[in-house]
Amino acid sequence: MTARVFVPRDSGALAMGAESVAAAIRDEAGRRGEPVDVVRTGSRGMYWLEPLVEVDAGGSRAAYGPVAASDVASLFDAGFLAGGAHALGHGPVEAIPYFANQERVTFARVGIVDPWSLDDYLDTGGFKGLANALSMGGAEIVDTVTESGLRGRGGAAFPTGIKWKTALDAPSDVKYVVANADEGDSGTFSDRMVMEGDPFMLIEGMIIAGLAIDAREGYIYLRSEYPHAHETLRRAIATAYDHAYLGDDILGSGRAFHLDVRLGAGAYICGEETALLESLEGKRGMIRPRPPLPAVSGLWGRPTILNNVITLASAPLIFEKGAAYYKDYGMGRSRGTLPFQVSGNIRRGGLVEKAFGLTLGDLLYDFGGGSRTGRPIRAVQVGGPLGAYIPESQFDTPLDYEAFSGIRAMLGHGGAVAFDDTVDMAAMARFAMDFCAEESCGKCTPCRIGSTRGVEVIDRIRADADRSGNLRLLGDLTDLMLYGSLCGLGGLIPYPVVSALKHFPEDFGAEDVKELNLPF
Amino acid sequence: MQSITDRDLGTPRPKTTRTVTVEIDHRTVEVPEGSTVMHAAAANGIAVPKLCATDSLEPFGSCRLCLVEIEGRRGYPASCTTPVEAGMKVRTQSERLADLRRGVMELYISDHPLDCLTCPANGHCELQDMAGAVGLRDVRYGYEGVHHLDAETDASNPYFAFDPSKCIVCSRCVRACEETQGTFALTVDGRGFASTIAAGMNEPFMDSECVSCGACVQACPTSTLMEKSVYAHGQPDRTVTTTCAYCGVGCSFKAEVKGTQVVRMVPNKDGQANHGHSCVKGRFAYGYASHPDRITQPLVRASIDDPWKEVSWDDAIAHAASEFKRIRDRYGRNALGGITSSRCTNEEAYLVQKLVRAGFGNNNVDTCARVCHSPTGYGLKTTLGTSAGTQAFDSVEEADVVMIIGANPTDGHPVFASQMKRRLRAGARLIIVDPRVIDLVRTPHVQADHHLQLRPGTNVAVINGLAHVIVTEGLTDDAFANERCDPDEYAEWKAFVSHEKYSPRNVERMTGVRAETLRRAARLYAKGPNSAIYYGLGVTEHSQGSTMVIGMANLAMATGNIGREGVGVSPLRGQNNVQGSCDMGSFPHELSGYRHLSDGETRRLFQQDWGVEIDPEPGLRIPNMFDAALDGSFKGMYIQGEDFVQSDPNTQHIEAAMRAMECVIVQDLFLNETAKFAHVFFPGATFLEKDGTFTNAERRIQRVRKIMPPAAGMADWEVTQAFSNAMGYPMRYAHPSEIMDEIARLTPTFRGVSFETIDRLGSVQWPCNDAMPEGTPTMHVGGFVRGKGKFVVTEYVETDERSSRRFPLLLTTGRVLAQYNVGAQTRRTPNREWHDEDILEIHPHDAEQRGIADGGLVSLASRVGDTVLKARVTERIQPGVVYTTFHHPLCGTNVVTTENSDWATNCPEYKVTAVEVAPVTRLSEWQEQYRDFTRKQEDLLRERASVRT
Ligand SMILES: Cc1cc2nc3c(=O)[nH]c(=O)nc-3n(C[C@H](O)[C@H](O)[C@H](O)COP(=O)(O)O)c2cc1C
Ligand code: SF4
Ligand code: SF4
Ligand code: SF4
Ligand code: SF4
Ligand code: FES
Repeated sequence: MTARVFVPRDSGALAMGAESVAAAIRDEAGRRGEPVDVVRTGSRGMYWLEPLVEVDAGGSRAAYGPVAASDVASLFDAGFLAGGAHALGHGPVEAIPYFANQERVTFARVGIVDPWSLDDYLDTGGFKGLANALSMGGAEIVDTVTESGLRGRGGAAFPTGIKWKTALDAPSDVKYVVANADEGDSGTFSDRMVMEGDPFMLIEGMIIAGLAIDAREGYIYLRSEYPHAHETLRRAIATAYDHAYLGDDILGSGRAFHLDVRLGAGAYICGEETALLESLEGKRGMIRPRPPLPAVSGLWGRPTILNNVITLASAPLIFEKGAAYYKDYGMGRSRGTLPFQVSGNIRRGGLVEKAFGLTLGDLLYDFGGGSRTGRPIRAVQVGGPLGAYIPESQFDTPLDYEAFSGIRAMLGHGGAVAFDDTVDMAAMARFAMDFCAEESCGKCTPCRIGSTRGVEVIDRIRADADRSGNLRLLGDLTDLMLYGSLCGLGGLIPYPVVSALKHFPEDFGAEDVKELNLPF
Repeated sequence: MQSITDRDLGTPRPKTTRTVTVEIDHRTVEVPEGSTVMHAAAANGIAVPKLCATDSLEPFGSCRLCLVEIEGRRGYPASCTTPVEAGMKVRTQSERLADLRRGVMELYISDHPLDCLTCPANGHCELQDMAGAVGLRDVRYGYEGVHHLDAETDASNPYFAFDPSKCIVCSRCVRACEETQGTFALTVDGRGFASTIAAGMNEPFMDSECVSCGACVQACPTSTLMEKSVYAHGQPDRTVTTTCAYCGVGCSFKAEVKGTQVVRMVPNKDGQANHGHSCVKGRFAYGYASHPDRITQPLVRASIDDPWKEVSWDDAIAHAASEFKRIRDRYGRNALGGITSSRCTNEEAYLVQKLVRAGFGNNNVDTCARVCHSPTGYGLKTTLGTSAGTQAFDSVEEADVVMIIGANPTDGHPVFASQMKRRLRAGARLIIVDPRVIDLVRTPHVQADHHLQLRPGTNVAVINGLAHVIVTEGLTDDAFANERCDPDEYAEWKAFVSHEKYSPRNVERMTGVRAETLRRAARLYAKGPNSAIYYGLGVTEHSQGSTMVIGMANLAMATGNIGREGVGVSPLRGQNNVQGSCDMGSFPHELSGYRHLSDGETRRLFQQDWGVEIDPEPGLRIPNMFDAALDGSFKGMYIQGEDFVQSDPNTQHIEAAMRAMECVIVQDLFLNETAKFAHVFFPGATFLEKDGTFTNAERRIQRVRKIMPPAAGMADWEVTQAFSNAMGYPMRYAHPSEIMDEIARLTPTFRGVSFETIDRLGSVQWPCNDAMPEGTPTMHVGGFVRGKGKFVVTEYVETDERSSRRFPLLLTTGRVLAQYNVGAQTRRTPNREWHDEDILEIHPHDAEQRGIADGGLVSLASRVGDTVLKARVTERIQPGVVYTTFHHPLCGTNVVTTENSDWATNCPEYKVTAVEVAPVTRLSEWQEQYRDFTRKQEDLLRERASVRT
């Protein structure tokens, strides 16, 4: 019997040498005359264990990692093909606590199936949601999404059902669906993991969105630095066309949906939805004023559903298992699960899919295992480069959209980057301002000039030049950026800056936070 | 910067009549639905601070100065991008808003030079105004940070400077270049703080695609883009609304003036033809008015070989009158004639034809429309009943399909081209019928669906081919045609075009247009639903010019594309007042309003009013006048502002005729080519120096208003009046408005027109009378002016002018943007920098066969003459065809063109001349002679003696 070995083709794993491990396994098997089928999968998201090699061992999968090519011979020696014991062995994957304690709802297949295999997808419930959606009208599809409580996973957490309804109600004979796969936030990778590990799920979600509003064309706007995701999507889309999931007549229903991948322009701002649309239209990625909303006037001025990859990828399950199933997860107004991505100074960096409601501390310590350096974690930036820095005193905050806005922070796309107590928070504030200055599209004044002046002001504060005057000025500037900017870049960058100042005033040489005129 | 008297409502007024009620600053106001909060506030006198918004451009939302508070909404929405909603409650002022706005201004000024006092925008700068409005007192960021204050000025454009150190990156210029002009020459280069405005590929303006329309300069709220004339003269103190004197678009301008010094010309936002846009000519090229070549003293001489004598007006007029009387006594009254100018006002053209008919006692009057749009008058009158286009320019905004035939709007009618491009960018489809790849075939964000690149001279075959496809495929609107037109004539026409002779395959053989392209274009035009034809001299200046005009009218009638907005047959008329001079009765067979002399009723009306007998026999047309001069029966000519020695075909023939006359009176601004053959020179007045009206290509009558006294002391109408009085026919007008009153009295289509009406309405499109007291934008609504529309069969007859062994190529001619016709004006402005000689365009294939290199000298020879000019090797032109312009006298294009002309109207066949081209090393014999002659005439002018009494 041919043994099945699973080696990820996820780019995180590839970066750790997964390709040479796969080759070494094939070579070694050949050398030893042992029939081995090397299956390439996505990643389980336990990046400290990558390359994580798995073998089919009597109904469960035994895990070995991190495996180097040089370990392969010894793995064969240890009989890993049958789950034999080895120093790198972790026993059944499902039993690794990091994994076992998650709620793999959206990521149920990622790391398990061969992402290029339509059969794998179908065997694991794939396209059942689509079949159900095909029997519904647009309004019913939209209602189901509304029912599920799904909110946008790209950052703003806008209720997806309302967005779809707006696009449904906007009159037009041409509409579009666009997946935002620009994934620009530092320390985030959940979109990529889905596209590399379970591309049909995104495709199915987009088809359902298309059915909802009668859009017959869709685009995936893909971050240009994701060549592997591109390759996987291309193959999956071709397969989907071959099997009539895409095309002029979806599964003989008479409904059409066409899908194409477009590469991003390589600028952070192009992840913002209106800049993304400009970029998709072949123009410079500049922010469009709102209104009109993209749902009313989006791509080429047509009503457009524009959602994050995870948002769209959540739809198939909702249609397969019902809105109530999805809604059952979570707390308060945050329903379902969120794939958190833990990185920075952390022992066990990776992806943790959990229902909303666990605390930040649980994520950092129970999953992440505390800092990599072993020093106390001093601050965590949650929600990407525009997210607030959260001090230890707030680690007990539940991971929930409302709880986070309550402490003037945001969950965003679910990234959490940890820093230990050696961090200089004034330097981090400067870094944030400078990021804004670098990435500013330059359209609106508060961000275009303000971010550059902000860096100068922070520099003066750090150099102790008229510190109190410049601290006041920084307060006024962040207030202006927060309330005056055209888009979320200039409008949210005050979050990291102000939170750093508010929670760590000592790093700025500021005596009393209450003396400062901070916007929050 | 906009005009000093412009009120800026921030965002465009929505096109709707529905309103909503909102509350702004505790005031309840009713505003158009879809208005932005900013527009709603501004329209009600509440100015919200703003910098990136201006009401000629779509909202952009970048400066963030216009933030407001709206009850029930979070944050501070930008009023320029937020539409009003019924019941909305807005606050435009609060302490919070004041702080935010001051914060924005503080950022702006942290990267702005503090040299307001020496800045050309001082006194009229939006940035300055806003700093004042928000109460900016302090820039706490200091001036040590990064900045753009050292950026260098680009002064490459002759008319405006670009000083990026003053730039606030509001993108108004970029948007103006896109939205208003449609050239897309400007972009924002770089991102974030490094964003700067760049022309072309970050090159000097003059090297970029910029066409110097000035839209960006007008849109700029600071001195970054600023007219050099404002640098030179400072801010103006008053404005005078007037009309451009160049082309038939008829752009309305606010002349911004200080004393009698024109500081700049700003396109009028309320201008109904141009809606605040302009081209390089009207906007900037007015410097000829104060050019030293202007002649400001009347001149006389006995023979053209004598030096000129400067004399007083009285002497000049007395001399001219005595000469004309002498000629009349000696050779009879028919030996005299006059030419009205299409560059002068309606009132002035009217007076000249009146002088000829009443003072000279004959009908020997003609006008330059003879050589351009006379076939339009003939063709449209025959089929529809009016000698004018059917639409207003704004009609194009309703068009779904635009078909341009023999016109090059981006060069010839640039402001209308911009309006058309806007419509095309919004989705209208485009068909171009032209032998040359004109810019509109492919320009940023506009591309023709079909280009029918026909061989010159085959228009009628193409139009018949289009009709063939439409008729044989059953795409006609029979209900419309049968009801509105004569059904028998319609049936006859259908049978005619259905003939196999005009099948696409045969038409392909005749014209070179691929059968499939013809078919597709025909279907597209027929499908519409609104299809509009725009055409130019490429239609009229052919031996079958009138036939082609009729052919287009047939097509429009057969498809129901006439009588509403978005459709029609619209000539793009050339000169500022060529429509007007025709309306005024400038043709030898017609009185004002296109009424034939043979109509006794009309003649009686004039006879009564004028107190003279009017000869019922039509007089001589221009070419007949020349022929008569050569056969010795025509001796005296009064030429008001026309330079046919340069502009009319077969120059040598005309020169001979000129020499054969005994008294040629030229009234003009400059000693032009024609004046070199004159015996009397009456100095003319520019449009800045007189009152009157011009009528543009859409029949729109607009005011010309006097800004300064005439340089020579008399306006052109005063000169004609004095000349008439001296000839013994009294004229007693105190003001041009009285002339218009007379025109209105005698012309049914003008009955309601007066200076008062025009002042009240801004402009008025004739017919304007009791039935249409506010004028008529769209003609033939509900029925044709002539009653039933008339279909006329249009047999294609090949022109006699065809390529031969000796003259194997076909020459066709046209114009460029920067120069205007004979260039008498534009050549005396910095517009020369764009085009200072005429160039011959030739296809690489033809060039190679003849050993012609790009930029090399070539001779261009036809059976009537030859000239020498530079060649440009380009694929814009098809093999077998060459192309040039006629803006420069030395280039002598019209030495080559022939006497062939339209069968109905004698309009010359400028667009087809069989020629040969060959490389040469020196100028032609004609050019050498021309040079000598010009040198001599200039000497005679320079040597002029003053004998003023
Ligand atoms: C500066 C900026 C960058 C953004 N980048 C991304 C991105 O990379 N991916 C993403 O999905 N959303 C991004 N967003 C959010 C999008 O604008 C948008 O809200 C989202 O794609 C909508 O999808 P959702 O409703 O499914 O979240 C960004 C927003 C801002 C302001
Ligand atoms: S906030 Fe920054 S990125 Fe966003 S529109 Fe303004 S300048 Fe552009
Ligand atoms: S002058 Fe006209 S064409 Fe030139 S850059 Fe400005 S707007 Fe564009
Ligand atoms: S040049 Fe003028 S209009 Fe253009 S961005 Fe600068 S300030 Fe604005
Ligand atoms: S030349 Fe024509 S288009 Fe240009 S400004 Fe004058 S009227 Fe307008
Ligand atoms: S005027 Fe509204 S943002 Fe500039």
